[in-house]
Amino acid sequence: MTTVNTAAVQEDSVVRPIHNPQATVNPCTLCAPLGAALATTGIQGAISLLHGAQGCATYIRRYLISHFREPVDVASSSFGESQTVFGGEDNLSRALDNIEQQYHPDIVTVATTCVAETVGEDVPMLLKRYNSRRNKALPVVYAATPSYKDGHVEGFHSMVHGIVQSLATNTGAPRRAVNVLPPLISPADLRHLREIVQGFGVKATLVPDYSDTLDGVILDEYRAMPEGGTPLDDISSMPQSLTTIDLTMTGKAPRASDVLARRGAQIHLLGLPVGIRATDAFVEHLTQMTGVARPQWLAQERGRLLDGYADGHKYVFGKRVGLYGDPEWVASLATFLFEIGARPVVCATGARNRALTKALEQLPPGSVDEVLDDTDFVRFEVACRRTNPELLIGNSKGYGIARNLGIPLLRLGFPIHDRIGAGRIQVLGYRGSTWLFDSIVNLLLERKQNASDVGYSYL
Amino acid sequence: MAFELLKDRRSQVVRSQRNEVASVDCNKASVAGSVSQRACTFCGSRVVLYPIADALHLVHGPVGCAAYTWDIRGALSSGPELHRISCSTDLREKDVVFGGERQLETSLRQLISKYSPKAAFVYGTCVIGVIGDDVAAVCRRVEQDVGIPVIPVLAEGFCGTKRDGYNAATRALLTLIGRGDTSSIGKYSVNLMGDFNVAGESWIIKKYFEKVGIDVVSVLTGDGRVDDISRAHGAKLNVVQCAGSMTPLAQGMRERYGIPYIRVSFFGVEDTSDALYRTAKFFGSPTILSSTQALVTEELSRVLPELRSIRCKLQGKRAGLYVGGAFKAFSLVRALRQLGVSVVVAGTQTGNQEEYAELQAVCDENTIIVDDTNPLELAAFLVEKDVDVFIGGVKERPVAYKLGIGFCDHNHERKVALAGYAGAVAFAREIHATATSPIWSLMPRRSRPERARIGKATP
Ligand code: SF4
Ligand code: SF4
Repeated sequence: MTTVNTAAVQEDSVVRPIHNPQATVNPCTLCAPLGAALATTGIQGAISLLHGAQGCATYIRRYLISHFREPVDVASSSFGESQTVFGGEDNLSRALDNIEQQYHPDIVTVATTCVAETVGEDVPMLLKRYNSRRNKALPVVYAATPSYKDGHVEGFHSMVHGIVQSLATNTGAPRRAVNVLPPLISPADLRHLREIVQGFGVKATLVPDYSDTLDGVILDEYRAMPEGGTPLDDISSMPQSLTTIDLTMTGKAPRASDVLARRGAQIHLLGLPVGIRATDAFVEHLTQMTGVARPQWLAQERGRLLDGYADGHKYVFGKRVGLYGDPEWVASLATFLFEIGARPVVCATGARNRALTKALEQLPPGSVDEVLDDTDFVRFEVACRRTNPELLIGNSKGYGIARNLGIPLLRLGFPIHDRIGAGRIQVLGYRGSTWLFDSIVNLLLERKQNASDVGYSYL
Repeated sequence: MAFELLKDRRSQVVRSQRNEVASVDCNKASVAGSVSQRACTFCGSRVVLYPIADALHLVHGPVGCAAYTWDIRGALSSGPELHRISCSTDLREKDVVFGGERQLETSLRQLISKYSPKAAFVYGTCVIGVIGDDVAAVCRRVEQDVGIPVIPVLAEGFCGTKRDGYNAATRALLTLIGRGDTSSIGKYSVNLMGDFNVAGESWIIKKYFEKVGIDVVSVLTGDGRVDDISRAHGAKLNVVQCAGSMTPLAQGMRERYGIPYIRVSFFGVEDTSDALYRTAKFFGSPTILSSTQALVTEELSRVLPELRSIRCKLQGKRAGLYVGGAFKAFSLVRALRQLGVSVVVAGTQTGNQEEYAELQAVCDENTIIVDDTNPLELAAFLVEKDVDVFIGGVKERPVAYKLGIGFCDHNHERKVALAGYAGAVAFAREIHATATSPIWSLMPRRSRPERARIGKATP
């Protein structure tokens, strides 16, 4: 089988059937500004402001903090009743002033909550007016993130698009660097992608890169802004890099790499490097674009992953697995499962785009029994009861279903609210895939061992 | 860290003085751009009604507001668990443009027929306030057809503060109370108000009352049931624990049904004993009083030895706290004092003027008292006061940990019962575990000799 280029497939909006309005029970998505705020944490010196009422920002912070277990500061322009009637310009200005005074940021990203979008705030105009009143402009980036259209996946992509659109403007000298546009992945995975790229002797520019900001070390002082994130200068020179590897499936959200393409950059769409074939594609592309041979340690890690496959292949063969989460994850994991001989029987996402469905069509017919798009967890559970998975892979919100079905859950993706170390989970590259493969095998072994009357300690 | 309070925030922070009460500016919208730790009006109403386990809770609006409040609280139920699912009308763009009433009505009917709740609460979020759906009319219409109470909770996030959300919940509860049959309710009967059965706390308290011969007609709203709440007006006394959220309801019931109320707390052994005695005295029955004495004596003899031994290990430690309501803060100050720990920073999300005056009175001199704080302020206060242990919610946790400070979750998200006598021991154990953990002595801030106060105590 050829490599499934999962990210290469895009399609426009799929909407809930208009004549069959249904309630959503146990949502499988978060809202758009969460994605925008998260993307912002990966930019050096950036802080995020949500234009709208206070609650959204606080809820979003709690969600992010519970996953990353790190401080995540997201400001709000704190709409009251009068702002919903007369507009939020004053609050927006006051918020920017206060943010500047407290955080001294290099840049502020502004995203909208539903209420600001509904009252029709013209945020770009308000930001322009704000800066025209100042002596020195405060650098701001804006993304529209109405959650009645989009979820956190699209919000994330919209903000990355906004950042690239306003900041990646340098068309100067070419640089020996590789850009990577990742979807929502863990800090550990971001770090590893950077490590792989740097293994080819070039600079890595990841947008966003919250590997340090959201997996920080303990310091002896509290920092208003954690260290790390992609430097603004690096973002600025992105169009001059050797290549841009885009790992996202943006659906109907705007795509940052399209902007870079218009500015002369070379774009390559790939699926997340999970497993041998997908990682090979990533690595081969780097070899090609840098002209540097694959480093020896990568070859070793590849060999080790294959060795692991051999050790565990029988335990996963034909095993039925349920996948849910962000489309990039589900698509890549489905491809990976196919590679190791397991079956992704049900694949679900709460994201509101057809990207996943399209991507999965690349697998041989019959590989997947059911694909759910724009779903909630109640519908996913019903699909699980039809397809009988023996293992689930996804975020902690699916724990209840795994429990009901009496099958193990491998926690991956966002959010993970019932374990520590979510930021340290690494499943990308050969190294990460080895951990992933071992974990799948061991969960299945453990289940069998627990269910056995004998209780062998030698398997 | 150079830190300066925002100008807009100065009136919300005071230091307690011996003979003087400073006024704390409070009960107002969060300052724009301050990064408040507090959510919104909707959040306030949701907190109060959340534990009612046989009611449907439908959040009308875009999906986020519901997603962020899905199964996040530790409120337990002894039976149905409808409160643990998250229902949203999940409004999409067409609904926002053309109105969401049809989506609301369809969702409501669908969910009621699927889950057969005893009542339904419909929360209108910000967008609803702006697009002007007539939520009350839809509720009335559906109520007539389905024959259960369908109650609108009008608490759009931007309309006031979290405290206003309590009032919205009060109005909702008052429409339920008074519907049930009270003929079987005896003369020694109470409603336990403002306990949310986090980790089974209502059960602990209920058992005390039952042991001394007092019936608990309903708990508002821990392990709540619609039928119990609708006959709450038959109780002879309201015992109010979380006074911030429940005083409006207690007052409403006094006006409407002539039921008196007392304010108590079940956090800490002193407050618990005091609460039980005051309830017993209210009824004036010698039997109840003597059983209460017996119960208190027995419980104290069970827990005091351990509390004393923990006190020896904690003596001289300093605590900071930031909690939802002021009444919990009063209790915690006393409970910590009993453990030899002094509170040096005390803040709340929803305190009012009177409550802050009382808080200053309960606290030692020069305690920092703060309303609606933010992470940078907290970090600065914790460092200034060299705090050893912080008590708050999930959003405050990483601030403490980054500073090498112990942390105890006292929010509704926790899974450990901290009320009553057993709870007081659990609280002491947790404070002990986190304040004296040997790991802190390894943290950079604490490994400096002048700051190495933590980690020295014998665990
Ligand atoms: S109103 Fe919109 S932005 Fe705010 S929490 Fe709800 S869905 Fe998210
Ligand atoms: S939209 Fe309004 S109700 Fe919903 S979380 Fe935001 S502030 Fe609260």
